[in-house]
Amino acid sequence: MESLYLLVPLSVALVGLTGWVFWIALHCGQFDDLDRPGLDLLDDDDKPRGPSA
Amino acid sequence: MPAGYERPVRILGHMRPMCCAGCEAVARTIVESGFESYYETRDPLSGYEALPVDLPPLAVFDDPSAQRQFVAFVGAYEREAMLALDGIRCAACVWLNERFLRRAPGVSSVSVNYVTRRAQIAWDNRVTTLGQIIGAVRALGYDAYPFEPEKQRLRNAAEDRAGLWRLFVAGFGAMQVMMYAAPRYLDDTGTLSAESEQIMRWASLFLTAPVIAFSCGPFFSSALADLRARRLGIDVPVSLGILAGFAASAWATLASSGEVYFDSITMLVLLLLGARRLETSARRKASASLDRLARWMPSFAFRLNGFFGAEGERVAAHELRAEDRVLVAPGEIVPGDGLVIDGRSSVDESLLTGESTPVVKREGSCLIGGSINVDQPLVMQVTRVGTQTQAAAIGRLIERAAAGKPRLVEAADRVAGALTWIVLAAAALTCVGWLALEPSRAAWVTIAVLMVACPCALGLAAPIALTGATGALARRGIILTRGSAIESLAAITDIVVDKTGTLTEAKLSLVNLDLLGSLDRDACLALARALEAGSAHPIATALTAIPVAGVVRVVQQVIHFAGGGVEALVDGRRVRIGSHRFVTELAGPPPSLSARPSSESQVYLGFDPGFDPEFDPGFDAGFDPEIDSGWIARFCLADSLRPDALALIVGLRTQGLEVHLLSGDDQSVVDEVAAQLGFAHAQGGASPQAKHDYVKGLQRAGRRVAMLGDGLNDAPVLAQADVSIAMGQGATLAQQHADLVLLSGKLSGVFEARRIARLTLAAIRQNFGWALAYNAVAVPAAAFGLIGPWEAAVGMAASSLVVVLNSARLLAALR
Repeated sequence: MESLYLLVPLSVALVGLTGWVFWIALHCGQFDDLDRPGLDLLDDDDKPRGPSA
Repeated sequence: MPAGYERPVRILGHMRPMCCAGCEAVARTIVESGFESYYETRDPLSGYEALPVDLPPLAVFDDPSAQRQFVAFVGAYEREAMLALDGIRCAACVWLNERFLRRAPGVSSVSVNYVTRRAQIAWDNRVTTLGQIIGAVRALGYDAYPFEPEKQRLRNAAEDRAGLWRLFVAGFGAMQVMMYAAPRYLDDTGTLSAESEQIMRWASLFLTAPVIAFSCGPFFSSALADLRARRLGIDVPVSLGILAGFAASAWATLASSGEVYFDSITMLVLLLLGARRLETSARRKASASLDRLARWMPSFAFRLNGFFGAEGERVAAHELRAEDRVLVAPGEIVPGDGLVIDGRSSVDESLLTGESTPVVKREGSCLIGGSINVDQPLVMQVTRVGTQTQAAAIGRLIERAAAGKPRLVEAADRVAGALTWIVLAAAALTCVGWLALEPSRAAWVTIAVLMVACPCALGLAAPIALTGATGALARRGIILTRGSAIESLAAITDIVVDKTGTLTEAKLSLVNLDLLGSLDRDACLALARALEAGSAHPIATALTAIPVAGVVRVVQQVIHFAGGGVEALVDGRRVRIGSHRFVTELAGPPPSLSARPSSESQVYLGFDPGFDPEFDPGFDAGFDPEIDSGWIARFCLADSLRPDALALIVGLRTQGLEVHLLSGDDQSVVDEVAAQLGFAHAQGGASPQAKHDYVKGLQRAGRRVAMLGDGLNDAPVLAQADVSIAMGQGATLAQQHADLVLLSGKLSGVFEARRIARLTLAAIRQNFGWALAYNAVAVPAAAFGLIGPWEAAVGMAASSLVVVLNSARLLAALR
């Protein structure tokens, strides 16, 4: 049961880490447009489109 | 507090020092508005308050050149503007802002729309300024800025990110806290030691704290705003439930005894936030088509220098003035209302009229700002820019409709307010009852009651459906100018139709052509067209609009005779077009002709038969003085019925509506039209007062009357009718009195509008029914302990979602 003293704080830290990664993703604009990037796949032009395209 | 800063405010009898001018203003406003008791009831502050962000100085909003973009000049001193409000979280915030601004000096009208979060404000420029009004809103703790679509979009994006981050935090918290709770739920054999459980509890508390502190922010701030406005919103019981649950669990953790419900709380927050996010996106979708109208105008325009030549510069569209000449390239948006002075192209006006076929524009044609030039460059002369344009007028009509509250919405708001009180009372009763019967469950049953009630489903029931319907109508070129028109339109039994300009096109067209000489039809029309080309008379407009296959004639020495007609030289011979007498003077004794109906206008065409062709060997006008008497043709013109008039009347009758024809024209003319279209009731020679009495008479007999007219004249009858519909005619939009305007010029818009109105009203009724039924079942069930806190949260989130999804279904059906 002593392992809990390590594992529980570790899981809390893990949640914090996950949250931090999502924070970065969110503020890079990953979730701003959930529709268009999926359609870019069908575009024959291989160059990525700018965010304002 | 900075040293030496002394700005005390008297609160509850004590002089309290303030840290800055901002806090001073807020405190002063709250106290002076009679909301002083807020200080008695509020929670102690945390000691760490957000610093104010830099706000633009108020004087910016009073700059006349900046104002031209968003302020409409109604009268000499009356000004009107659309403001976007920041910080509106709930219906209570709307209420607070409305009440507060209405009391401000010089403000003549305020209406705030919860769905679009915009305020339509009218004020007297002599008494107050826009800067002062915005200052008043800021003093209340909100912010207002002139509504600009781009800024709104950026703000929406920032709001989206913050909302998503709140949802993430709640989601991670909920998942992990559930992991810590699972061992205890699964522990059947009692092998989980108290020590291990305590570790889990502490970890849960550690992860729930950020969910409460951060993710619940919107609930708490909105509940606080409700209390500040001395009013109860849905967030008050929700916040109470969350805080009570968290406090009880945290106490149990600290004391190492009792039950903890961190998993229920975090799950609840996650569900509520998820539901609100869906609600926001549905609301935004509903108002998207309204925003599209506002986004019409381009940011830049190519202004030409001087009168000739193609040199010019790219300028911001708001720098354009009337009389400027602008080059509109193909694919560009026309930057303002104006006239084509060079070029010929087709222009897409679908955003404005709902008509998808591009309209051909040539020199002299009117261009509407916001329409799209399709194939050739056009040079235009700007006549109206900014808030003077038709697009802006339409935008204001729509916003006016969106800002006004239909009766249904007001009723729903009242019921929702009452329901919150009932819920709080029920929660108190439940608490007392369970404490007497089974004290250990009292806290959780009470929390469940607080959670499960959902007045917001009631509050949402109408606005989402109505906003969606307004957008759907706008896409079809039907502009709703008064919110309650939807309700009235769905319930009408009779429709009264005006004739001129409604059933007819209010412009003349050729109904008959009598050939009096040797010239054929095409030659006559070509000649008439050439003669009338320079005239603006309605008859000339009608004649020149007819497509001609004949050779275009060259006319010289054109002379216009007022009240007579036009005379000109064609291939050296004098030719006249005009009234019977005018042509007789030139062409000699008239031939005998058949009589025509009195509703028609006649125009005659003749030439001078006394001319000797030998003087002019090149004479080749086509008529032969040897055979012809001098009279060439008679054109009979009449105000023709719209092509879809018959379909409209037949359609309305099939739908079970009584149709009435009411017109100021002669009874004989009216009877003719009535017989042609199948009207059961027709009255001619009606004065505006008679029309008004007619509609009033119908209403007295218990009928619900819609008036279909041109929307400009007959203001009394339009106001008297339960709902008024008008055929929209460009330049006159700003003076529209009607509740609905058909910009497409198609009568079938009446059907569309009625269909949409009925669907919308049905959806609103379903929403109300659902919201009431849900609350009637769920609150008692929770009070008797049948529903646990997190089932309550699911139920509440679901009940809002059902309303939102039902409205979304309506939107999909209207697409």
